[in-house]
Amino acid sequence: MSLTFTPETEKILQDIWSRYPEGRKRSAVIPMLMYAQDQLGVVTSELVAEVAKRCEVSPLQVEEVVGYYSMLNKKRMGKHHVQVCTNIACLLMGGEALWHHATKRLGIGHKEVTADGLISLEEVECAGACSWAPCVVDGYEYHHHVTIEKLDQLIDSIQKVH
Amino acid sequence: MSTPVTAPPTIINFTVDGRQLSAPPGTLLIDACKRSGIEIPAFCYYEGYSLQAACRMCLVEVEKMPKLQTACTLPVMEGMIVRSETEQIAKARKGTLEFLLTNHPLDCPVCDKGGECELQDMVFRYGAGESRFTEMKNHAPERQWSPVVFYDPARCILCYRCVRACNEGMGVGALGVTNRGVLSEIAPNKEDHLDCDECGACIDICPVGALTSNIYRYKTRPWEMQHVATVCTHCSNGCKTTLGVRNDEIIRGNNRDRGGINGEFLCVKGRYGFDFTASEERLTTPMIRIDGKLEAVSWSKALGFVAEKFKSVQADGGKFGVIADTRLTNEELFYLQKFTRAGLKTSNLDHAASGDLITLLDALSGQTDALATTDDLYKTKAALVIGSDLSQQHPLLAFQLRAGVRHNKTRIYTVTPGPVREAKYSATSVTVPLGEEYDALAKLTDRLKAEKELVILFGDSIKGQRVRDLVAWAATLGIPVKYVCLVDDSNSRGALDMGCLPNLLPGFQVDPHPGLSQAGMLAAEDLDVLWIVGANPLRHAPLASRKAFVVAHTMFLDETAARADVLFPSASAYEKSGTLTNVTGQVQRLKAAIKTMGAKADLEIIGLIAKEMGLAPTLGPWTHDIVFKEIHSGVHGYNVPLPVLLTGGAALTSPVNGPVKVNVLVDEIRSAGDTLFTSGSLGRHSKLLTSVPEFPGALYQR
Ligand code: SF4
Ligand code: SF4
Ligand code: SF4
Ligand code: FES
Ligand code: FES
Repeated sequence: MSLTFTPETEKILQDIWSRYPEGRKRSAVIPMLMYAQDQLGVVTSELVAEVAKRCEVSPLQVEEVVGYYSMLNKKRMGKHHVQVCTNIACLLMGGEALWHHATKRLGIGHKEVTADGLISLEEVECAGACSWAPCVVDGYEYHHHVTIEKLDQLIDSIQKVH
Repeated sequence: MSTPVTAPPTIINFTVDGRQLSAPPGTLLIDACKRSGIEIPAFCYYEGYSLQAACRMCLVEVEKMPKLQTACTLPVMEGMIVRSETEQIAKARKGTLEFLLTNHPLDCPVCDKGGECELQDMVFRYGAGESRFTEMKNHAPERQWSPVVFYDPARCILCYRCVRACNEGMGVGALGVTNRGVLSEIAPNKEDHLDCDECGACIDICPVGALTSNIYRYKTRPWEMQHVATVCTHCSNGCKTTLGVRNDEIIRGNNRDRGGINGEFLCVKGRYGFDFTASEERLTTPMIRIDGKLEAVSWSKALGFVAEKFKSVQADGGKFGVIADTRLTNEELFYLQKFTRAGLKTSNLDHAASGDLITLLDALSGQTDALATTDDLYKTKAALVIGSDLSQQHPLLAFQLRAGVRHNKTRIYTVTPGPVREAKYSATSVTVPLGEEYDALAKLTDRLKAEKELVILFGDSIKGQRVRDLVAWAATLGIPVKYVCLVDDSNSRGALDMGCLPNLLPGFQVDPHPGLSQAGMLAAEDLDVLWIVGANPLRHAPLASRKAFVVAHTMFLDETAARADVLFPSASAYEKSGTLTNVTGQVQRLKAAIKTMGAKADLEIIGLIAKEMGLAPTLGPWTHDIVFKEIHSGVHGYNVPLPVLLTGGAALTSPVNGPVKVNVLVDEIRSAGDTLFTSGSLGRHSKLLTSVPEFPGALYQR
């Protein structure tokens, strides 16, 4: 069974694939998984098999990559995947408190999803925004100098839209 | 030819622990040291596989290099001064061990690996018995991945040896590593289980007790076993195997001393397929059919009964037929052919032929050094496989080619009726229907001409005239070519060499009075006696003669036994001594590992019948060493150096070089097509082989 992607995703995948020379297709494994996960919301076994086929590696080798990288998820995350940084800069600026607040308010922990499937949380290491610590990332969207209030507003806004 | 003035150095000189050493350029320091008797500890490094540098146990001091260096990745350099054991090194190794032990359970008292565990040995040497780490140990439960393989993540030290052995050595790639850091663990290819060769190479290579086999786990400790080095009884490749024996029970198979032609390679059959010896279905007493029913009788009664019958049939000028198994020893085969020809005065003698070596030898007449050895398969620059699923039918030969691809850039060409594993790493793989191989070969001709040398391995579809065509075609390539004529069983080759054939005497000498072939005997309606020594020919073909008196030596009540009038319980290869000749003509010695109640070696049974018949003076003694002496001095090609044999090595026979003018019964040459998981009736009586999900498997699937 071969997986069908939306035309847009398929286009991106083929574009990524075409950038790598023959015999080096395995280098496309990570970007392909990332983009496909964006569309599917999760890395499924079928996706693993499909990427393996296109990149000429074994499904197990793709699984190794999925297991290694925390940003690739074999469990479906929420519509909004909210990542709270608690690495050193953010920790000093209150990131830990943000993390505790978020888990308490939503009643979920690390890599867990709210019952309605709307929000998932992840405690992440440095998100690369130390200058504007503490930082929270919603999907690909960065929020800087986050306070408890700002975090609440973010969660409110997510919940209101849906 | 003059040497250029600035030739690259052919030898590198360096110093280790004050000793002047030298090695060819490119040699890794760890290997160079090992060859000079200096042991550098290593968990992840493993000779023959890719470098990992994951464990840091091999750290050494090198002068002018600021930090300790990993000897497993460092090639020797001119003038290098190395110290392999200093206080600093000991401290570093102790630190590494302390880290490895942070999550390692205190399992040594129950662990299978206890007593032969590399981690245990290193901790014993460097200390690190105490830990500064007081946190809870990270624990993960043990899991069973197949009827063979168990994995205990807590014991795993993540050296990746298993991953490389499976991927590079076996060409299977069933093991990977998942997760990261302290949570990393080995993962099987099918989420929670394995779909693989079940060869146990991963278990064998694991330095600790993280991978264990269902066959051996929790059964015994290594020091409680006797270790008997013998030869695998299954396929024709002739792997040396060391059987771990306790109380007349085989508990484990591996190749402990790595001394054989197979290094430490064994397939699932060689490593685990020994349990048929302990099958409850083993025949343990002779039987005679009385009023249509088989009844247990004493040895003397059965032997006397058979001898009387043989004598009376002979006196009446009756017709005998003798069929030999292709797992008998050379001594048994030789003595049996002598019995048949000199005692029963007939050449109605045959075995299940599985490859046409006879035509090959005839076609190669005049050429020397034309048959390849297992070592040649590793060293050759190019190999061509025709009509065989090598990884399944000839696991060791396939392993040798794979190692050649890794180390010597061997180029493999395959022409097979379906997909084969070799396609993954071959230069060219062509699938063509059986019988159409030559069209594919014609297309490969130009590419093969560009190779420096070639080994051709061919299966049972190449026989008779097709062998001659192959040899003629190969001669047009203009490069040195060697051949392997693939045959099925552990002594299929011996059956040919020992003259268990209707038209050839031992050593491929033409029999002036040819007899009936196997098919001929089974079809002869007037056959009076059919004596089947170990084989099971009636599984595939009926016996035409209604009156034939059938005597069978057997381990199990199989199809042949069902038609037999007398049964003798025979010993398996693991229960007897003697020699076997593998597919590439290398002779090795069997060593009895266990005794099984009731069973006797076929040589003894044949000898006792001879004695009862009064033939002993004609045939001579039937002890294997005396018979071997006769083979050694009398059978062409078997004049091999005895020290090689006696020390457990493989002695190469030299094939006849000259015409072999007989009418080869091409239609009777047929491989049984055993897969990686089947082995005739031995396989059917192995609980382990029949329990793996891959059983029975099929050829040409991948
Ligand atoms: S048993 Fe053999 S084929 Fe299976 S995982 Fe282990 S090494 Fe690989
Ligand atoms: S299972 Fe054994 S061989 Fe494999 S990585 Fe762990 S310790 Fe090494
Ligand atoms: S390859 Fe053949 S000889 Fe070697 S272990 Fe397997 S069955 Fe035995
Ligand atoms: S530490 Fe949080 S973004 Fe760098
Ligand atoms: S043996 Fe050198 S790092 Fe493991």
